[in-house]
Amino acid sequence: MTAGVAPTAVSIAAEVRGGTRSARSVVEEHLARIAEREPAIHAFNLVLRDEALAAADAVDAAVAAGDDPGPLAGVPVALKDNLCTRGIPTTCSSRILEGWRPPYDATVVERLRRSGAITIGKTNLDEFAMGSSTENSAFGPTRNPHDLTKVPGGSSGGSAAAVAANFAPLALGSDTGGSIRQPASLCGVVGVKPTYGVVSRYGLVAFASSLDQIGPFATTVHDAALLLEIIGGHDPLDSTSIPSPAPSLVDVLDRGVDGLRIGIIGELAGEGIAPDVLARLHEAANVLEKAGAIIDTATIPAAMYGLSAYYLIAPAEASSNLARYDGVRYGLRVDAPTTAEMNELSRTAGFGAEVKRRIMLGTYALSAGYYDSYYGKAQKVRTLIINDFAKAYEQFDLLLSPTSPTTAFALGAKTSDPLTMYLNDICTIPSNLAGQPAMSVPFGVGDDGMPVGVQLLAPLQGEPTMFRAAAVLEAAMKETSR
Amino acid sequence: MLAMPKPISRADVAHVARLARLRLTDDELDQFTPQLAAVLAHAADVEALDVTGVIPTAHPLPLRNVVRVDVVRPSIDRAAVLAAAPNVQDGQFRVPSILAEES
Repeated sequence: MTAGVAPTAVSIAAEVRGGTRSARSVVEEHLARIAEREPAIHAFNLVLRDEALAAADAVDAAVAAGDDPGPLAGVPVALKDNLCTRGIPTTCSSRILEGWRPPYDATVVERLRRSGAITIGKTNLDEFAMGSSTENSAFGPTRNPHDLTKVPGGSSGGSAAAVAANFAPLALGSDTGGSIRQPASLCGVVGVKPTYGVVSRYGLVAFASSLDQIGPFATTVHDAALLLEIIGGHDPLDSTSIPSPAPSLVDVLDRGVDGLRIGIIGELAGEGIAPDVLARLHEAANVLEKAGAIIDTATIPAAMYGLSAYYLIAPAEASSNLARYDGVRYGLRVDAPTTAEMNELSRTAGFGAEVKRRIMLGTYALSAGYYDSYYGKAQKVRTLIINDFAKAYEQFDLLLSPTSPTTAFALGAKTSDPLTMYLNDICTIPSNLAGQPAMSVPFGVGDDGMPVGVQLLAPLQGEPTMFRAAAVLEAAMKETSR
Repeated sequence: MLAMPKPISRADVAHVARLARLRLTDDELDQFTPQLAAVLAHAADVEALDVTGVIPTAHPLPLRNVVRVDVVRPSIDRAAVLAAAPNVQDGQFRVPSILAEES
């Protein structure tokens, strides 16, 4: 079950492109593993068995004909079920979109197909990506492959669990406040939130548009780098897409961290963080220091306000984005004599409790009389966080923190108290508010034997440096497990 | 400095639900009111901050006036879009009457 056993995306693609292994056998192997463990884990809303086998045959036919199917030839990829797939149900784990088949593919889905990758299924998530445990899914929770009594994290818990269980070597998720990095940490896999605008959001069902970013899950840093290179780069269909090509990452992975200045974020390395998580963080810092980095303490004073600002800004944007679910053009409709009643009954029946809470919170934060003290203030805090990061990056090339304050917690432990659940995101939120890249790298286990991740943070478009440090941490872990 | 808003009340939650086109039961109102109040109370730390003169950030990137070249290109087929709709008539989305409902 451990992540190191199954072949990586890089090795699969090399074998399939070289004709030494068929894509069909790769897909069959992964489908067999899914058949065995998926009933207990529930990583997927939908497994695309027939579609994946057909796509594998097409890849094999291309190889037989002497064509190159692409850099991810024959590699199974699991897609978070808030990424639009043409003609294939895309639910966002919500009753309101149950059965909806999008009329178009997300840009990332299109790019994966062109690279020879094979979509093996759509993964479970907290409804509309709102949550930190995947327990807010309308279709039931996902369980952590390392311990079925624990949550996988969220909101991309299905994608993280799918990679951790070797159902696919790669997966895509979306990260609005930590929804890739936190489940990656809890499931012991690599998870990356790229710089806002590096990956096109076209076809990602919107939650909080100024924060949402698609990114990779993988079992290795190299695989994550390759996947980000493939999905990244300018897309005219997303007006917030950065007008430059995807960053070159695979080529810089072996450059090390000698001479890099790396700061441990003091505000995120003390109170509120479990001692075993802090111990792994400091071990990671020691590894980087031994590899030649200069380690010191960085300060992001406004990070302490990130959680509050986020839980005003994200719900405000969500309340606006989710106004589109009105029973008119797609999704659930509950019939009623008037359109207003039809809107209200459809939304009431279609949304779960957490989505309703966030819509109401956002509507309130934007409403007359409260806008200035809540939403307006939160946007100014966002500026303070950006300013603090800018100051820190005058002294440091990268920052380091825990990804999640604790290891994976038990199912049901935090569902009754939304605020306690929100505190899971304390370390990951600042990067979303600042639009900056960050990634979680597995770094040992906690006292309970469950995975711990450390988070690397970089300035805008600082992915190459971030991945260099991630590769150093990964190499050290391989060394200790040997 | 702005005055601290009052804690969100049950009536406020009912009002916000109406604005958001959500119908809440009495039990849901009882459940949601303290939950929303707790999140907003946590946000009081933000309210207490002095941010005089700080420019608000709506968006993390300095992108401005993004336009594409003005050429005709294919868009999603109308039939494919209508196929996902709950009710369609004559190539359009069909909804219940909207004119008489305000009476």
